[in-house]
This record gives sequence, C-alpha cells and structure tokens, in this order.
Amino acid sequence: METFKSKVWVLGDDIDTDIIIPTDYLALKTIDDMKQYAFSPLRPELAGQIKEGDVIVAGKNFGCGSSREQAPEIIKALNIKCVIAKSFARIFFRNAINNGLLLIENPDLHDVVKEGQEIEVHVNHYIKCNGKEYPIASLPQNLVDIINAGGLVQAMRKRNGLEPIK
Amino acid sequence: MGQTFIEKLVDRNINKNSSNHTGALSDSHVTAPVKAGDIVTVHVDRVMIHDIFIPFVAEKFEEMGFSKLWDPDKVVLIYDHLVPASQQDDVRHFKTGDAFAEKYGMKNVHRSDGICHQLMTEAGYVKPGNVVFGTDSHTTTYGCVGAFSSGIGYTEMASILGTGTMWIKVPETIKVNIEGELPENVTSKDIILTLIGDLGADGATYRALEFTGSTIENMTVASRMTIANMAIEAGAKCALFTPDEKTAEYCQIELTEQEKSLKGDEDAVYYKTMTYKAEEFVPVMACPSQVDNIKPVEQLAGIKIDQVFIGSCTNGRYEDLEAAARILEGKTISPFVKLIVTPASRKIFIEATRSGIIKTLTAAGAVVTHPGCGLCCGRAGGILSDGEKVVATNNRNFLGRMGTSKVEIYLASPVSAAMAALKGEITLP
Repeated sequence: METFKSKVWVLGDDIDTDIIIPTDYLALKTIDDMKQYAFSPLRPELAGQIKEGDVIVAGKNFGCGSSREQAPEIIKALNIKCVIAKSFARIFFRNAINNGLLLIENPDLHDVVKEGQEIEVHVNHYIKCNGKEYPIASLPQNLVDIINAGGLVQAMRKRNGLEPIK
Repeated sequence: MGQTFIEKLVDRNINKNSSNHTGALSDSHVTAPVKAGDIVTVHVDRVMIHDIFIPFVAEKFEEMGFSKLWDPDKVVLIYDHLVPASQQDDVRHFKTGDAFAEKYGMKNVHRSDGICHQLMTEAGYVKPGNVVFGTDSHTTTYGCVGAFSSGIGYTEMASILGTGTMWIKVPETIKVNIEGELPENVTSKDIILTLIGDLGADGATYRALEFTGSTIENMTVASRMTIANMAIEAGAKCALFTPDEKTAEYCQIELTEQEKSLKGDEDAVYYKTMTYKAEEFVPVMACPSQVDNIKPVEQLAGIKIDQVFIGSCTNGRYEDLEAAARILEGKTISPFVKLIVTPASRKIFIEATRSGIIKTLTAAGAVVTHPGCGLCCGRAGGILSDGEKVVATNNRNFLGRMGTSKVEIYLASPVSAAMAALKGEITLP
C-alpha cells in the first residue's frame, strides 16, 4: 500500500463547505478558476501557500454543510494528497470518494500535530507523527471499488463499455 | 424483530423493484428484512437538480457515456439559487440547463417558481414512501411527507440520471419523541434548533432522524418541513415523519394502508431515543458562526442588529410570513433595521398577496423580494458587511454565508425575527 511523507496544514472542527469554497465563486467557469478562493473566509492566504503533496489535518465534522462537490474537487485541484480528520460529514465524504480524493479518519492526530510539521502516511495502516504510530482503518469494499476505478465517472464509463478518460 | 421507518421504506423500495436491475455498480444482495448498516442499491423515484450544479451534472453525465436519461419525467430541474442572475457567469448555468433539458426531453423545468425544496413538495413531485435525491444538502426536507430524501453531489446525480439507482448505507435511526403543546411564540424552528444544539453539528452524522409524538402529529406539514430541512445541520442523512391525514391533504392524495404504516415498529432497534416535552421549549437562536451554538433568546436580548431576513427553504412558507405579519401588523419596524422578506415560492407569494400579508409586511417597512434562495446563499440583494449583525430564518450561519466573513448571523424563527425587526435588537417574543 502507498506510503508518503507530507507537510501538514492544520484546521479546526466543523470546517464547512462554505469555508472550503464560498457560494460567490461556485459559478466560476472551472474548478481551476475557483481553487484560489479555497478556505478564503477562514484563511484567505492558505490556497496560495499549499504545495503539491501537502496534507490537511482537521478536527471533527470536516466538510459539513452543502452538497457542493466543488469542495472536494478544489482540494484535489490544489494537489492536496489527502485530508485527515477526526470525522467527515457524509455528503462530503461520498463526493470526495467519487472524485478520488483520499480521506482518512483518525481521532488523535489533530490533537498532537503542529502546522508545518512533516508526517508519514501508510495508507490503510497508520500515520507516523512525532515518532508515534496512529492506526487508520480501511474503507468498505464498495468505496474501494469506486476509488480503484478512478472515481465514479470512470466507473460508469467502464460500465458503459468506454475507455477511461486520460 | 421490527424495523425502523427507514429500514421499512428501503425494504419496500428494494422488494418493489426486485426484478428491475437497471445496472447499478454492484447489485448487493440483501436478504430481507433490511437493517441499519446494510449497503443496498435503491431505485430512485425522483431527482432534483438546481441551477448552481446543472453544468457539472451535464458534463459528468456525458463523460460517463450516457446518451439518455433513465426516465426524463422523474427528473426535475429548478432554477433558484441564481435567479435572477446577480453575476454575469450565472447566465451560463441557465443556458446549460435549458440545453440539457431540451436535448434529453425533460419537461419538469422551473425557471422562476421559487426554491427547489418548496417546489418539490408543493408541486407534488414527492409522495410518501418515495426515494428522492437532490443536488442540495437540504433535500432532507421531503421527509416532511414521509419520503426518504437526501442530498448528493453532481457526480452521483449524473450516475442516477443514467441508471435510476444509487447505493446507500441504510442509516441507524435516532428517534425524537415530542409530546404536548408548544408555548405561544415557540415554533418548529425552535424545536429543530434546540435539537441541533443538543446533538451537535455532527451528532446525527449518517443517521436518520425519526420524529414521533403528539406535538409532531398536531403540527402542520409546513412546520414539519422546517424540521426536516435542518436535519442535515446535525449531519443527518434524512428526517422522517409518518404520513397522516395532513400529509394526504398536502399531497392531494388518498393514503394507502402501506403508506400509513410507514413508521418505526414498537420493537425496532434505535441508535437512541430523545424525548422532549413541548411545554419546555423556549425561543432560541443559533449564534455566530455555528449552527449548534444555540442560546435562549432571553440570554441574547438587547443585542443590536442591522438587518432581518425572513425567507429561505427553512422558513419562507405562508405560515411563516403570516406569523411575521401577526407581529408587525399596524406597527413600524425600527428605523435602524432593514427587513427583507422572501416568499419561498411564487404560489406562496400569490397567496400572501391575496390575503393581505404582503401589504401588512410592506406597510411595516419590509422589502419583499422575488421568490428564490436569495440572501440565504449570499447571492442576492441584502448581503452584509464587516461587523454587521443579522437575524435570519434560514438554516446556516456559516462564515461568509450572507456577505463578508465578519458578518454575525443569528438563526431564528420567523416570530423571533419579526420581533427583532420591530425593536432593532434581539428581544423575547
């Protein structure tokens, strides 16, 4: 299973979808047009500082609120490797899976990790932080199937007998 | 063993359609009876797409390689978030929506009739026992007529448009029992805000909320709608109310025995049960900037405000405008406050015009705007600026929801909102 080291950005509890992408920017033409406004009500500077492969660590109920799928798409477009939170709101969770954005639930990491720190993620096994290992659970099979297909669009293309979109 | 409301509803959906495998990703075989935790493929009775996501739905649908809708009559497209357009980019959404509807033969398109959730029940698109998905988190609203309804993203919507099916995990249920008579000036909004405060913003995540008790039975469908609408603010997958005579009258149908029996069995297994006495509810508000930051209005009295908003899919119904008019009749709002009233639908606007409610509100100092999502999603006239405070009847007080991120939003019932407009400060009704 995949292993990677990443720099951490730390956010709090109840990071809602309006914080991830405010309504004002939802009708911009593309996800790339929108991504510079990610997290702007809370931390307007953040989108510009995120580097490819970074991870977000948050508290409970990440992604609560709207069904706007732009939220996980923008996080993916910022090249965030994964979001690790104490818990996720379920519409956001499904939207993220359908777009192939990796989400990891862990109850403890948020309380010990500091912003800017580097952590080591062993997908489906554990996260290493400050020399300690924090276990992570595996996803249910039906979700793994969607992720393995490359998201729901690719899964449906396969069902419809089409080649994957590159 | 008995079943909860949602277990029973999903069971019937699957059995009713057992021979109808339209091509789900994986047909999960579940031996009846359905129980919480099962992952099943349900057959969808109706879907709702709104203007803000239609371009994305259309794009994903074609990327998936579909060439026709599973059933064009079961698809409803509603323009509400961006109507009338407030930014130039909005127009693209209407054009894309119209082109998509025309190409795939959709007839159920509403371009200026009001808010999606109001229209879905008001126009008869949703019936008891239905399975309904919408591209908006407040799709939980249709539980008010005993349907299972939930919000999804645009990619899942595209897949339903092609297959007519969707996988779900059958949720556990939290039963909420409320008995007795609510005190004067306490509404169903105070009930749901109190409940969200008690549960927390994630307290019902991936669970169903099932409402029972004499208070619920005596409540109008419109009041139940307010509760179902905000179930998502506690993270709930859906809210459920047993169909009764009021539901039948509202939906203009005769209830079948099967629809009447949509309720949790006595011996069903619940995640937990919460019991309330109606007499003990008081007017409350959700304080900035978290929906579960609930305080009694009494504790907030005296806070000066800049604006009041009465409207949205939570509280823009006729009875809400009527409640506000009752308080404002023959009076004038505070000179330091702006009052914006937005009927949830064109039908409500017409009824409130005929009955004189619009005139009463206008005479008291309200600006009455076109039906739609309006100020609730921060995309219409009335947005606020740094340091301003608003008392609003909608469902979210997130940062930046109604203007800048330094606007302070207090969520309240139409009664508390009208009282605040009258005094220019938060005050106990």
